[in-house]
Amino acid sequence: MEFSSAGAERAMTSLSMTAPTVRAAAGELTGAPVKINARDVNVFYGEKQALHDVSIDIPDRAVTAFIGPSGCGKTTFLRCFNRMNDLIENARVSGSIQIEGKDAYAKTVDPVVLRTRVGMVFQKPNPFPKSIYDNVAYGPRIHGMAKSKTDMDQIVERSLRRAGLWEEVKDRLAQPGTGLSGGQQQRLVIARTVAVNPDVILMDEPCSALDPIATAKIEELIDELRANYCIVIVTHSMAQAARVSQKTAFFHLGKLVETGATEEIFTNPRDTRTQDYITGRFG
Amino acid sequence: MAEHTVKAFTEELDALTQEVARMGGLAETAVNDSLSAVGRRDTQLAQSVIERDAKIDHAQREVERRAIKLFALRQPMASDLRVVLTAWRIAGELERVGDLAKNIAKRTLILNQAEPIQLTRSAERMGKIAAAHLKQVLDAYANKDLQAAINVWNGDDNIDAHYNSLFRELLTYMIEDPRTISSCAHLLFIAKNLERIGDHGTNIAEYIHFLVTGEEIATQRPRADAEASD
Repeated sequence: MEFSSAGAERAMTSLSMTAPTVRAAAGELTGAPVKINARDVNVFYGEKQALHDVSIDIPDRAVTAFIGPSGCGKTTFLRCFNRMNDLIENARVSGSIQIEGKDAYAKTVDPVVLRTRVGMVFQKPNPFPKSIYDNVAYGPRIHGMAKSKTDMDQIVERSLRRAGLWEEVKDRLAQPGTGLSGGQQQRLVIARTVAVNPDVILMDEPCSALDPIATAKIEELIDELRANYCIVIVTHSMAQAARVSQKTAFFHLGKLVETGATEEIFTNPRDTRTQDYITGRFG
Repeated sequence: MAEHTVKAFTEELDALTQEVARMGGLAETAVNDSLSAVGRRDTQLAQSVIERDAKIDHAQREVERRAIKLFALRQPMASDLRVVLTAWRIAGELERVGDLAKNIAKRTLILNQAEPIQLTRSAERMGKIAAAHLKQVLDAYANKDLQAAINVWNGDDNIDAHYNSLFRELLTYMIEDPRTISSCAHLLFIAKNLERIGDHGTNIAEYIHFLVTGEEIATQRPRADAEASD
């Protein structure tokens, strides 16, 4: 009895797969309390609309990453949380942004106070032209958070420890903050941010200007901080988003395309655009 | 789906899946040749199957090498990640299929030294079904054909049914004519190997489902081999 020959080469079809059909939203972080609640947020710079009807829940004690190509609106959206867009003359924000249930754009809200509760770390470290000590003490000082010098010393030390910088600078607190390396400056900025007891820490590409070792230290710091803070990070590096975040939101052309648990987004995203972006098929 | 912006990435993924397809062809040929060797009592062909198994082992190592390189250097995500993972897993299944075909060939060498027995025909029939099962699933992989993979997955109990039936036939034969016990025992092992080849085909079908949908196929595998425990 003969059996059919199977020696012929099988031609593999090109790697085209039908887009996964949209299914019920899975992977939302359940059980985590919502720290920031955004509904139908639109942002205009003059005539140009930068964000279209963005709605999202940002969980507390977790890291949420905003990813997407340049110009997609992720930084614009981030800046809505601490009302940095107020500082731009022709910027207009509509919709609702609530932090712990309170409207961030209510008339009674003082944006300056808001910005101590919602701190921000920028891409380029921006320590004040002051000593390391004074960089961290500045915020608590103007908000009257310390009753005595000893009090302030403790605040400064605690903040520098929280930022993983204490051991490196404890013997030179009087030296200028600008004399530190890039990675250290960024950690100093983070210490400065946590010194005023924020609820939320926003980070806009905090590691873009840093080398891999400094980046790893910041990522470790983010991992430690998330036990106590709500963290939102905008990043160009998908690998970083995959490493540090628990929830990921993908933006494209001013729209929020998809959100989900980071594990889901990077293993089995629902939307073809998300899939194309994270697998490097964009453009 | 669009191409990767960095074309080398697409080329490397394609090369990986081509290697798995090539390995599949080798495994299929090994199974078919081992069955021919049983049917025709062809010692030379059986010997050839045994020697060629080294090529299948080598192909598996090659798939693993490529997969590790892709993981380390490209950090594949989402669908790409599933492509690399699935290639790795399927190569593992195919290497076992190759070993099972080799074992069938080895037993053929022993069978050929004894008088032919009629039940070899039944084993061949079962083998043809297992070989077809394997061919179908490898075609499904090549075409990313989800429905074809699901069909293969559902067809596993057909092979198991043949195995159960052959098992009983062999027992009856051995009882009736104890001089055949040695040959029948070897045929039993051959039948078990064919049933295992069917199982590996079903495993591959499950991996194809994961590859295309990103989800496991279901919790329960169809199981009908009442006579054996794994």
